[in-house]
Amino acid sequence: MFQELFDQYQWDEIKQSIYRKTAADVEAALRKNKRNLEDFKALISPAAMPYLEEMAMLSHRLTQKRFGKTLQLYIPLYLSNECQNICTYCGFSLHNQIPRKTLSLSEIQQEAGYLKQQGFEHVLLVTGEANRTVGVDYLKNAITLLKQQFANVSMEVQPLEQDEYETLIDAGLHTVLVYQETYHKDDYKLHHTKGKKSNFYYRLATPDRLGKAGIHKIGLGVLIGLEDWRTDNFFTALHLQYLEKTYWQTKYSISFPRLRPAEGLIEPKVVMNDKELVQLICAWRIFNEEVELSMSTRENEKFRDHIIQLGITSISAGSKTNPGGYITAVESLEQFEIDDSRSPAEVVRMIERQGYKAVWKDWEAFA
Amino acid sequence: MKDALIIGGQSFNSRLITGTGKFGNHQLMEEALLASGTELVTMALKRIEKDDDDDILKHLRHPSIHLLPNTSGVRNAKEAVFAAQMAREALETNWLKLEIHPDPKYLLPDPVETLEAAAELVKLGFIVLPYIHADPVLCKRLEEVGVAAVMPLGSPIGSNKGLKTIDFLQIIIEQSNVPVIVDAGIGAPSHAAAAMELGADAVLVNTAIAVSADPITMALAFRQGIESGRKAWLAGLGAVSDHAHASSPFTQFLAEL
Repeated sequence: MFQELFDQYQWDEIKQSIYRKTAADVEAALRKNKRNLEDFKALISPAAMPYLEEMAMLSHRLTQKRFGKTLQLYIPLYLSNECQNICTYCGFSLHNQIPRKTLSLSEIQQEAGYLKQQGFEHVLLVTGEANRTVGVDYLKNAITLLKQQFANVSMEVQPLEQDEYETLIDAGLHTVLVYQETYHKDDYKLHHTKGKKSNFYYRLATPDRLGKAGIHKIGLGVLIGLEDWRTDNFFTALHLQYLEKTYWQTKYSISFPRLRPAEGLIEPKVVMNDKELVQLICAWRIFNEEVELSMSTRENEKFRDHIIQLGITSISAGSKTNPGGYITAVESLEQFEIDDSRSPAEVVRMIERQGYKAVWKDWEAFA
Repeated sequence: MKDALIIGGQSFNSRLITGTGKFGNHQLMEEALLASGTELVTMALKRIEKDDDDDILKHLRHPSIHLLPNTSGVRNAKEAVFAAQMAREALETNWLKLEIHPDPKYLLPDPVETLEAAAELVKLGFIVLPYIHADPVLCKRLEEVGVAAVMPLGSPIGSNKGLKTIDFLQIIIEQSNVPVIVDAGIGAPSHAAAAMELGADAVLVNTAIAVSADPITMALAFRQGIESGRKAWLAGLGAVSDHAHASSPFTQFLAEL
């Protein structure tokens, strides 16, 4: 289990060692063919900033070699904003006195129909954490319905047990995204004050449970803005390396969500600027040539237009972050505000103008 | 002199087999494939969208092009057999590039599952071309179960590293009774030419063409590299030596006896 490895590392020591990296460390990391965690630290350190253009060129080249001139499209489908957790940064947090909504199967069907019309084949189901109304049975029904229409069904919901994941995988689930939010064990408690999500180690062990259940793909990441993003991303890389070695038949993806404005929210403790986000994305690619890097509509148009050449391999377009947001309940509570409101067709045109192929479908259930 | 490549009873003039992934658009892919002269083109079943206006198959319908669906995405023999049957139905061909790579990071083929699936698929009437490690014993085992060709890798897929497995490829080529197609890792026309000079029957190229800044020109370069390598193999290359052989210090005495 990852916890055994994780507990051997001290947050403050890692943070200091990242900030002590020098230009020579960065240059050494850039010269190598294979980079280790120490190299990753150098690439995300402040010392790497003068090398940003070089890192971007390398990231561009490595990404094209592995993924070609293609970008995978996906779309979130929010099923519910009911939530029993209190999280300081999330619009779905329990204390937000706002009407809650969970889609019925027929509402899911209507939303799905709209997304199919747009061309989507890869759909990501999102919920809060409300185990009584949105438990395994609900999720299983949703997956069973949607896998008849979409080539690839992912979800980003509350952490589950291994046998529950097995049930959902049998129903057709392909990918689970589960972000640790922060690997800072003590401050995690400050951001997640109530509910099942407040259990740091249960969340930390979720990718292990997924790996044991034989999931095809796991998405990792931290919420940027909660704690020092460099240290948090080091721990994400440590986690990824452990998972790749342990659950070697599973694919992985990394996301970089920056804290966005939402109803009743805290201000980010740490602000990451655009340059730093580019640095982080390029550092990830240079560190791991095979991992998928994903970008949502949290980021603005101009940033997204440029970042697709620099390491990102999958992208959402035309997203709504509220249940029923496409058709059935357009005014319901959203999780966060999006910053790129272009339609999927507009985003595809942007991708094609840059000489890339927007890929709608890259999966088929062979069982 | 006609020098055709025969696989599964089918004759091909081109010894360049191509992939269809990683291209920036389907139009460019089509033009590059036509420029390459390829007659056998592989595509992942998982990428095929039947209702799409820009369906990949529409760009591959040419009299000279023979479709070779592949099972990319499957993790074991059972899924591979399922995928093969789907491919046969969807594309109306019993040709199949069998690839089973349970490791999604390096996409390395699983020899155990591949052998099991190949045996089953041959029985089901498929023309099976398995993607495998450059493992000479595995090649013989696959030959015994009736595959139409073997496709050993030159280096990890998409790596452009060339013929890292050259010593094992040589043994495979020497021993094989079915065509040997070097698949994966061919990053430059010189790599492709080297594989042909070694005696490979064909090579498969995808990344190096698709990701090139000019895929059409790169496709032509590969076509020519393969033709050159093949001609050199047919003509018979001279032996390589590190030094000149001017005299015979050890046996010169025989002339003096």
